[in-house]
Amino acid sequence: MSSDNQDTETHSEQVDETQESQDTNSNPVRSEEAKLKAKYPSLGQKPGGSDFLMKRLQKGQKYFDSGDYNMAKAKMKNKQLPAAAGPDKNIVTGDHIPTPQDLPQRKSSLVTSKLAG
Amino acid sequence: MMAGVGGGNDFQWCFSQVKGAIDEDVAEADIISTVEFNYSGELLATGDKGGRVVIFQREQESKNRPPSRGEYNVYSTFQSHEPEFDYLKSLEIEEKINKIRWLPQQNAAHFLLSTNDKTIKLWKISERDKRAEGYNLKDEDGRLRDPFRITSLRVPVLMPMDLMVEASPRRIFANAHTYHINSISVNSDYETYLSADDLRINLWHLEITDRSFNIVDIKPANMEELTEVITAAECHPHQCNVFVYSSSKGTIRLCDMRAAALCDRHSKFFEEPEDPSSRSFFSEIISSISDVKFSHSGRYMMTRDYLSVKVWDLNMENRPVETYQVHEYLRSKLCSLYENDCIFDKFECCWNGSDSAIMTGSYNNFFRMFDRNTRRDITLEASRENSKPRAMLKPRKVCTGGKRKKDEISVDSLDFNKKILHTAWHPKENVIAVAATNNLYIFQDKIN
Repeated sequence: MSSDNQDTETHSEQVDETQESQDTNSNPVRSEEAKLKAKYPSLGQKPGGSDFLMKRLQKGQKYFDSGDYNMAKAKMKNKQLPAAAGPDKNIVTGDHIPTPQDLPQRKSSLVTSKLAG
Repeated sequence: MMAGVGGGNDFQWCFSQVKGAIDEDVAEADIISTVEFNYSGELLATGDKGGRVVIFQREQESKNRPPSRGEYNVYSTFQSHEPEFDYLKSLEIEEKINKIRWLPQQNAAHFLLSTNDKTIKLWKISERDKRAEGYNLKDEDGRLRDPFRITSLRVPVLMPMDLMVEASPRRIFANAHTYHINSISVNSDYETYLSADDLRINLWHLEITDRSFNIVDIKPANMEELTEVITAAECHPHQCNVFVYSSSKGTIRLCDMRAAALCDRHSKFFEEPEDPSSRSFFSEIISSISDVKFSHSGRYMMTRDYLSVKVWDLNMENRPVETYQVHEYLRSKLCSLYENDCIFDKFECCWNGSDSAIMTGSYNNFFRMFDRNTRRDITLEASRENSKPRAMLKPRKVCTGGKRKKDEISVDSLDFNKKILHTAWHPKENVIAVAATNNLYIFQDKIN
């Protein structure tokens, strides 16, 4: 009978839905994963790949190429070195060779630790 | 009330001291990056992101005061490392002290190793409480005396002076690591030590700075094939030929230096089989081991991954013998913890002196202790709100859903900026040091 069939179908649908919500409840990690994938669809499948690890290995990298810098110094033997800081009409971003003076100077803490205070 | 953690029956953790500034504005340099007791527990060293080391010394117990143990006061402080820039590799070298390890005391002076990402230094801390007076060739204020005016000789005499504690760098072990040093460990032979970076482990002799032996190298010929990195390493406490190292994939390898000069092939491989149905994007990240520590007995080792602490029997490689959940409720927060990078936080763990209890940190300035015998666990908080002398610490509880009881805190209210990554347990007594960002808390048990 059609009404019986409908009931059966509805029942099985309900069962499916219950199972799905149970899966999400019993595995919160899955729903977290879904959330992440929804936010960042381009995220790769394996987070442990070499790109990811290599980024980790390169912590602390700053843009300064000693090769570029030395070649620029050599080329400009007769001319002046590029200005250390500040906007310069003649230098286009991207062609600008950073000099050691461009890099933010990091000074050690001259202050005594507050733990010792 | 789960108060009996730590090896005693009537046992209660109490506030003892807190060091550091109270102000809300925390300077980056003041963030504590390592905490370590020495072998006797008399000295407690901290390192910070500003490259400074502060050493505290326990004062002698006074019979007059109520039966609380001695307090830790500043003994010495010095600048261990300074920031550097490697122009050739375009690499900024932070001065942050990653690890401090004490050497066992062999004479009146104390020695420790401190390391940043690239350079390890051996520091000698010595006391001076006498000075010589009555020199022949110079006055008391240091001015040279006119030799023609000297008519008689005298023997200089040692006179007492105010105690001066001096720290001097005795050895500098540099240029041996291409990648960032994550661990140092003194060997039980008291002559050698190991240093580990992301891909390599080196063995040093404490007297020799211009040479180091590479004992593990997991760098692939083609960096595209890189699948895991070394996260921590430690020497066995008694067997000077044995050490372990952990990886970002949640595995631990035990190596025997008698077997080969290059220990790329492990002697033992510890890995817990993964439940395939629970595999997710986060699986590998949260399985990454952030710390590995041998028990004092040398029979067990403990590993810390993002959500749990595991105790392994060195004789059983296929699974840990004990697993303790640190903050399981974070499973439902992994997405946001990935976004704010907290999922990469590296928590440390430590044993108590008798190996009966273990401790590790969490968020919201909470830290957790597990009693291996009673299986009881407790969550405590390092907070200035509970910092009256000898105030008992109240256990904390995180509410995971549903009705929040009074005094419980909900997962959403946790402060993920207040992380306790570094803790240390006195080698003999129930005294613990907990680093909460820029503050150092010391807790002791209350003797009933």
